[in-house]
Amino acid sequence: MIPTQFEYKRASSLDDAIALLQASKGDGKLLAGGHSLVPLMKLRLSEPGVLIDIARIPMLSGISEKDGKVEVGATTTHHAVATSELLQRLCPVLSDAAGEIGDPQVRNRGTLGGSLAHSDPAADYPAVILALNAEVHLKGPGGWRAVKGDDFFQAMFTVDMAEDEVIVGVQVVPQKVAGYAKLHQKASHYAIVGVCAVLDVAGGTINSARVAVTGASSHAQRLTEVENALAGKPLNQATIDAAAALAGATLEDVNADIHASAAYRKAMVKVFTRRALEKAASRA
Amino acid sequence: MSETLPISITVNGKVRKANVEPRLLLVHFLRENLALTGTHIGCDTSQCGACTIQLDGRSAKSCTLFAVQADGSEIMTIEGLAKDGELHPLQEGFWEEHGLQCGYCTPGMIMSGVQLLADNPHPTEAEIRKGIDGNFCRCTGYQHIVKSIQYAANKG
Repeated sequence: MIPTQFEYKRASSLDDAIALLQASKGDGKLLAGGHSLVPLMKLRLSEPGVLIDIARIPMLSGISEKDGKVEVGATTTHHAVATSELLQRLCPVLSDAAGEIGDPQVRNRGTLGGSLAHSDPAADYPAVILALNAEVHLKGPGGWRAVKGDDFFQAMFTVDMAEDEVIVGVQVVPQKVAGYAKLHQKASHYAIVGVCAVLDVAGGTINSARVAVTGASSHAQRLTEVENALAGKPLNQATIDAAAALAGATLEDVNADIHASAAYRKAMVKVFTRRALEKAASRA
Repeated sequence: MSETLPISITVNGKVRKANVEPRLLLVHFLRENLALTGTHIGCDTSQCGACTIQLDGRSAKSCTLFAVQADGSEIMTIEGLAKDGELHPLQEGFWEEHGLQCGYCTPGMIMSGVQLLADNPHPTEAEIRKGIDGNFCRCTGYQHIVKSIQYAANKG
């Protein structure tokens, strides 16, 4: 399958990429790993006139720790996130989720920023970004902006990002007591459902929880009914079971396709919420 | 035809230069421009892994990359594995353990095996199955593919 013709430009810096985006007047798309965009272009569902390759801009790639926060650059591959010793130590759920994306070849090319910008309804990262309360950092002609996950993911394939903005990276306050549990679609390895749970636990009591689901509906979203059922409770199996039983009650327009009916997805939201909570609890 | 761009890619140790359309897929560059037809096109939708190659030392699906993205990179294809007429241990493993029937998926399977054993020289059976997650075989049921990779791991 061959995409329509386009111009290819390699950006030399972040500001160069923004300038090229502006010059393309809405007809430009950023290319890094290309593992969301290239398949769409081959199917001619996306026909950008200009591709701006940002894969070789050094400052956009890498994982670092600064002032107690971890920053992951937009063009950091899933493989790099999955195998990062720093993340495995400080914020292991991000590595866990990255390691469950696609397959080895996809993880070698696909990038964090690409996944977030594309915001596939069944992508893994959005649930994790929401549950970790991470910030997406963007830069455009007007300067820098930080957007919380809660505000970033708006609808199917729709995020808070202007045509001439570039995702620079994600900043997260590392949290250890967290788990990601996913039901794989066996061929594509997209999430039929994926749930990320992050717990703030002190002295055996859950102070607060953030739980988010992907794959179940138009875009990743929080499971506030589960979060509310966990807050203030002792961290034990009974608490987990009771909270997980509520999971998905407020989900609207649950996805249905050849892989899973809406009823099956709803049932699996409960199961994978329980598993995500159990994984998180095992790290408490 | 739209404007072409000059690219220079080292393929199996040899520098290959060409002027290509930006939309030329890497797999087409390998197969059609360089006549390296060992890299197969299967699903053409980044799922089946028949087009797997090594790009700068990491496995990648060459149907989901434009050749221009690989400009300046080093690529290894299935044709680059055998050295001086000696089969690579994975090629030997697929021969000895009957790791193929129709053979369509084999180059991609072997290239994923190369990545797997580079990252994890002595994988368990479960790790092998996870390592070839990105490759489909519609004939063997995978049993002999797993054995072929085990053969190579035991040799290494």
